[in-house]
Amino acid sequence: MSTLEIKNLHASVETPDGTKQILKGVDLTIKSGETHAIMGPNGSGKSTLAYSIAGHPKYTITEGTVTLDGEDVLAMSVDERAKAGLFLAMQYPVEVPGVSVSNFLRTAKTAVSGEAPKLRTWVKDVKKSMDDLRMDSSFAERNVNEGFSGGEKKRHEILQMELLEPKIAILDETDSGLDVDALRIVSEGVNRVKENTGLGVMLITHYTRILQYIKPDYVHVFVNGRVAEEGGPELAERLEAEGYDRFLVDA
Amino acid sequence: MTVTDHTRATADAAHSHGVGTAPDASRADRPTSFDPEVFGVPNGREEQWRFSALADLKPLLALEGGEGHLAWDVPELPAGVSFVEVPADEAQARSVRAPGDRASAVAVARSGGAMALKVDANAVIDEPIAIGMHGAGEDVRGHLLVEMGPGAEATVVLTRTGSAQYSEFVSVDLGDNAGLNLVLLQQWDADAVHAGEVVARLGRDSRLRGSVVTLGGKAVRLNTSAAFAGEGASVDLFGLYFADAGQHQEHQLFVDHAVPRCTSRVTYKGALAGKTARTVWIGDVLIRKEAEATDTYELNRNLVLTDGARADSVPNLEIETGEIEGAGHASATGRFDDEQMFYLRSRGISEDEARKLVVRGFFADLIHEIGVPAVESSLMKLIELELEQIEEDEDA
Repeated sequence: MSTLEIKNLHASVETPDGTKQILKGVDLTIKSGETHAIMGPNGSGKSTLAYSIAGHPKYTITEGTVTLDGEDVLAMSVDERAKAGLFLAMQYPVEVPGVSVSNFLRTAKTAVSGEAPKLRTWVKDVKKSMDDLRMDSSFAERNVNEGFSGGEKKRHEILQMELLEPKIAILDETDSGLDVDALRIVSEGVNRVKENTGLGVMLITHYTRILQYIKPDYVHVFVNGRVAEEGGPELAERLEAEGYDRFLVDA
Repeated sequence: MTVTDHTRATADAAHSHGVGTAPDASRADRPTSFDPEVFGVPNGREEQWRFSALADLKPLLALEGGEGHLAWDVPELPAGVSFVEVPADEAQARSVRAPGDRASAVAVARSGGAMALKVDANAVIDEPIAIGMHGAGEDVRGHLLVEMGPGAEATVVLTRTGSAQYSEFVSVDLGDNAGLNLVLLQQWDADAVHAGEVVARLGRDSRLRGSVVTLGGKAVRLNTSAAFAGEGASVDLFGLYFADAGQHQEHQLFVDHAVPRCTSRVTYKGALAGKTARTVWIGDVLIRKEAEATDTYELNRNLVLTDGARADSVPNLEIETGEIEGAGHASATGRFDDEQMFYLRSRGISEDEARKLVVRGFFADLIHEIGVPAVESSLMKLIELELEQIEEDEDA
C-alpha cells in the first residue's frame, strides 16, 4: 500500500517576462489502487503538476511538500523518483536517436529494480506486454520514439509503465490525439496494470472521453494552479455537460 | 612510376591558383606536390584550412625541426610481409601521389626517408598486423608506405599512443584485386599534435576498408584520400571520433572516382563533450566524366553531448557524368538535450548511464564495421573512459 501525498504545492517557471507562478497550493493524496482524474482547462497548470512531481528542472518548487510513503520526493533526483516508484507517462514523449526500445526498456528496468531482469522471463514479459498493446515486435528494434505516430508513442509509454511496475503513475494527457481504437488499447493497458499491481493513478485529461474507459474514483477540477472542486465520477459528467466556464468565472 | 610527371603538372597548375581564398572550382584542381613551397604557409582562409587548429599545427608547417622519432613496436612479421626503411628519393617515387597540403609535404621533406610495409603479391595474411607507434614528446615527421601486391590480403592496425608533435604522409598502394583493412587509431595523450594525410590508390577490383579512430590528442587533423585507378574497385572509409574539452579533431575525406564501375562509402561519426570540444568533417566526392556506373554515398553524423561544443560538417559532391548508379550524402549534427536526458532519467536511468546509453547506441553499428575483433572490443571501453572524462570535467 503506497500513498503519494501532495501538500500546499507551489511551483514557478522562469519566462522571458520574469518568474511566473503556476501552481498555487495543490493538495492531493493518491493511494494504491485509486484513480484520480485531474480535469481542467488548458493552461490551468495540470502538466506543470505532473512535471513538478517528476522533477523536471524547468520548474522550481517554491513551497509545499510531496511525499511517497513518507519519503521526501522533492529531495530526490529525477531518477531517484522513478526508483522510488513514481512514473510519468508524458504527453509528448521524447525521441532518443540511437537507442533501441529494447535496450532502453532493459536499461530502465535494471535501473529501477536495482538488478538486471532475468533474461528469459524478461523477454517473455516484454513480448506479452507488447502483444497486449498491439505493438508489433519490430518496435523493439526501433529507436525510442523516433518516427513513432502519436498513438505509438502513447502505447510505448504504457508499455514502460507496465514493465517498470511503479507504485503511482501520472498519466499526462495520455488520451490527447488518440483515435477511439488507440484510446481503448491504451485504457485497457492502464486497467490491466491497475488490476495486476494495484497501481495508483493520477489521470490528467482535458476531455471526459477517456473516463468511459478508465473509471475514476475521484475527480478533481484543476483551475488556475490549484484544485477548485473535488467529487466522485458524477463531477466528470457535470463537466461534460457544463464545461469549465463556471470555474473560469470564479477564477 | 609516373609520379614525377604528375608532380610537375600539378605544381605548374598551382601557379595559376596561388594561395586563393575562394573555394576551388573543382576538387580536382587542388595542387599536389613534394615541394612544400608550392603550397605556401596557410593563413586559415584557405578552403582546406579554414576550420583547422592552425595555431596548434603551425610548428608542423615549418621547414625546420622534426628530428625526433616515434618508437615503433613491430611484431614478428609473417612470411610475405616486410617492413623496411626506404631512402627519401625512392620513398617519393614509390608514393602513389604527391602530398596534397603543406603539412604532409613538410612531413615528407623532413622525414629523411620512409618506412615501407609491403605485402607480397597473392600473400593472404589472416592475423592482423598490429604496429604500435609511441611518442615520447618529440617533434617527429614521418613518411609511411603501405604496399599491397596484386591479390594480397591483409589487415593492418596502427596504434598511436604517447605524445608527439607529429606530421605524416601515408601512401597506400593497392595492386589489382588486393584487399586491405587499414585501421588507424589515434590514442594520443592529451597534449599531442598530429597532422596526417593518407592517400590511397586502388588498382582494378581492389578493396580498401579504412577506419580512423580519433580519441586522443590536443589537435588532430587526419585527412584521407582514395583514388580509383582501375575499374571494379571499392572503398569503405569509416571514422569514429570523440572530442572533449580542449580537443580539436579534423577529418577531411576525398574520394576520386576517375574510372568506371567503382563503389565508395564514407561513414564518419563523432561525439563531442565539453565547452571547447571541436570537430571538423569535410567529405569531398568527385565523380569524373569517365567514371560511369559509379556508386557512392557519404555520411557524417555528430552527437553534441554538452553545451559549448562545436561540430562542423561539410559534404561536397561533384558530379561530371549522369551515367551513375547512385550518389548521395547526408550530414546531421544532433544534440543530446535536456529533454532527452529528463526522459531517460524519469525512467530511473542515472545521468551517467543515460549518456552511455546514447553514445553506445550512436557508435555501435560503426564499431562493428572496423572488422578487427580486438579493436572493436577495446573501443567501447575507451569510449566509456571518454564519458567518464566528461563527468570529471563537470564535477570540476
